[in-house]
Amino acid sequence: MPGRRIRLNFVNLFLWLLGGGLLAFAAYGSFLTLIEGRIQPNQWQNLIVAGVALGSVYALIALGYTLVYGILFMINFAHGEVFMWGAFTAFFAATALNDAGMMASNPVLAFFLVLATSMLVSMVVAIMLERIAYRPLRGAPRLVPLITAIGASLFLQYTARGFYGSGVRAYPDYTIFDGTISLGFLSLSVKQAVVILAAVGLMVGLYLFINRTRTGRAMRAVSEDKDVAAMMGINVDRIIVTTFAIGGLLAGAAGILYTLIFNQVLFFMGFLPGIKAFTAAVLGGIGNVIGAALGGLILGVVEQLGPNLFLSGYGVPSPNQLKDVIAFSVLVLVLIFRPSGLLGRKENT
Amino acid sequence: MTQAETATAPATVNEPTNGTPLLELRDLHVYYGNIEALKGVSMTVGEGEIVTLIGSNGAGKSTTLRAISGTHKPRSGAVMLEGRDIHHLPAHEIVSLGIAHSPEGRKVFSRMTVYENLQMGAFSRKGEKIEPDVARVFDLFPRLKERRTQKAGTMSGGEQQMLAMGRALMAHPKILLLDEPSMGLSPILTEQIFNIIREINGQGTTVLLVEQNALMALNAAHRGYVIQTGKILLADTAKNLAANEQVRQAYLGEI
Ligand SMILES: Nc1ncnc2c1ncn2[C@@H]1O[C@H](COP(=O)(O)OP(=O)(O)O)[C@@H](O)[C@H]1O
Ligand SMILES: [Mg+2]
Repeated sequence: MPGRRIRLNFVNLFLWLLGGGLLAFAAYGSFLTLIEGRIQPNQWQNLIVAGVALGSVYALIALGYTLVYGILFMINFAHGEVFMWGAFTAFFAATALNDAGMMASNPVLAFFLVLATSMLVSMVVAIMLERIAYRPLRGAPRLVPLITAIGASLFLQYTARGFYGSGVRAYPDYTIFDGTISLGFLSLSVKQAVVILAAVGLMVGLYLFINRTRTGRAMRAVSEDKDVAAMMGINVDRIIVTTFAIGGLLAGAAGILYTLIFNQVLFFMGFLPGIKAFTAAVLGGIGNVIGAALGGLILGVVEQLGPNLFLSGYGVPSPNQLKDVIAFSVLVLVLIFRPSGLLGRKENT
Repeated sequence: MTQAETATAPATVNEPTNGTPLLELRDLHVYYGNIEALKGVSMTVGEGEIVTLIGSNGAGKSTTLRAISGTHKPRSGAVMLEGRDIHHLPAHEIVSLGIAHSPEGRKVFSRMTVYENLQMGAFSRKGEKIEPDVARVFDLFPRLKERRTQKAGTMSGGEQQMLAMGRALMAHPKILLLDEPSMGLSPILTEQIFNIIREINGQGTTVLLVEQNALMALNAAHRGYVIQTGKILLADTAKNLAANEQVRQAYLGEI
């Protein structure tokens, strides 16, 4: 109907104006900031490095969203909690090893033990989510698993709260990761280097797994067509569980890396990184593995760099408090200008 | 009517006499929700045969193949493979028993390469060498060899059909289920595809061929069944069916 088309165009026009306004605001702010020269080059560099480190963590979480979406066309909104459980496990494992003196006597082994435990626990949480919360609802209308995801999310949050309390807990410091590394013009803390290297290693591993192994091929086949995949002899249920398990492993790793940066855990800590990683997955193109990694990095950098670059030029007193606003403005811009994401396919369902 | 007579005693005349048939469907009833798509289908396929199932659009041909490969479970009846009822098994287990299904509309994995599609076809044969089978498929379909590393979704309809058949062959099936392999293809390509079906059968693979293109199908097959609204209407040798007045009028486009 013509009436409807005109209305839609009007809405689109409004959205484009809004998006264009946001972009212009950011561009002019950057101009002002750069003209003023209030921020030193090495500060820029620090912000970018911090952004890449944070973005690597987002990327690891985002991969879990995108892998599950690629296979079930469902957003696992409890995924942030899988990450939180990984971080909590890292906290308890690290505290235990610290008390046992292992962090002092054999710090590298201790780190890998903590990493392995977190990944394992998050994997188990993700598998149980699939089994208990999602599998019985397969084939139900889309809204049903979404509501269940919110329920499962609250369940996981408050279980953590019930067992471990609602306060912030300080994470034991890894003294081996103190100090900084200088690579010519680039300098970064050892912790940041560990986070980035671990994340990149895991992502390369995932890429090879998906593209080079039999199970990885089966995952791709299931994401294209479950019926035909079953005709090939693929146990589709097992591939779905495997996908959740891989997402869980990556979220668990993200949990320990995140605590390495921020040094604390809290039962509610899964919420914001979870939503931001979801934003990253949408930004990269949900369902696309490389897109999720790219989206995570971009979001991390924009979040760290953005407040200072876009806002400090306007004389905003504490721009860093607005980093979450900037992160979600990115989501709004993506949804306005490129709903299928940077590397996403055009929706054809 | 004569229809009823033929339908009550399907295929017994032409059934292969040496023991149990490779595949036998017994009184299959299949539903989509409350709609009964198959209303008691019985048929047999003997080892080494090409059997065709013809019928108009919506008659239940694809549903029959789905019931056999386990992708859509029958509500009652039996699917006997070498004398053993397999209808309750999950689809992914049925492949490894020797039934490969090349579905309607090709359904190749479009984001995977030709070679990866063939690898998927051999998925049920875990740990076995697949290179000899890839070579065999490339022998049957030289075009696929040229496109080995191309994404399947970028190929033409005919090439995708070849890939779908090649992929099914990679499972080493005892029986190959082909759902409308000629759909949407030019007459020349259709001719080629049917020649290859004969060749595959000549190499020892039993074929159950579903077609709307009844003439071509009856030319290639040994025996045939005619299905109409979920029931087997006629069962006979392909030659007799091709000569049957009713079939000629309804399915071969003669007046
Ligand atoms: N997924 C489905 N849901 C509901 N009804 C279906 C579905 N697939 C097929 N049918 C119905 O089942 C009947 C048989 O369909 P089908 O086996 O696809 O026929 P054919 O392959 O002979 O064209 C048709 O009436 C069709 O409408
Ligand atoms: Mg059909």
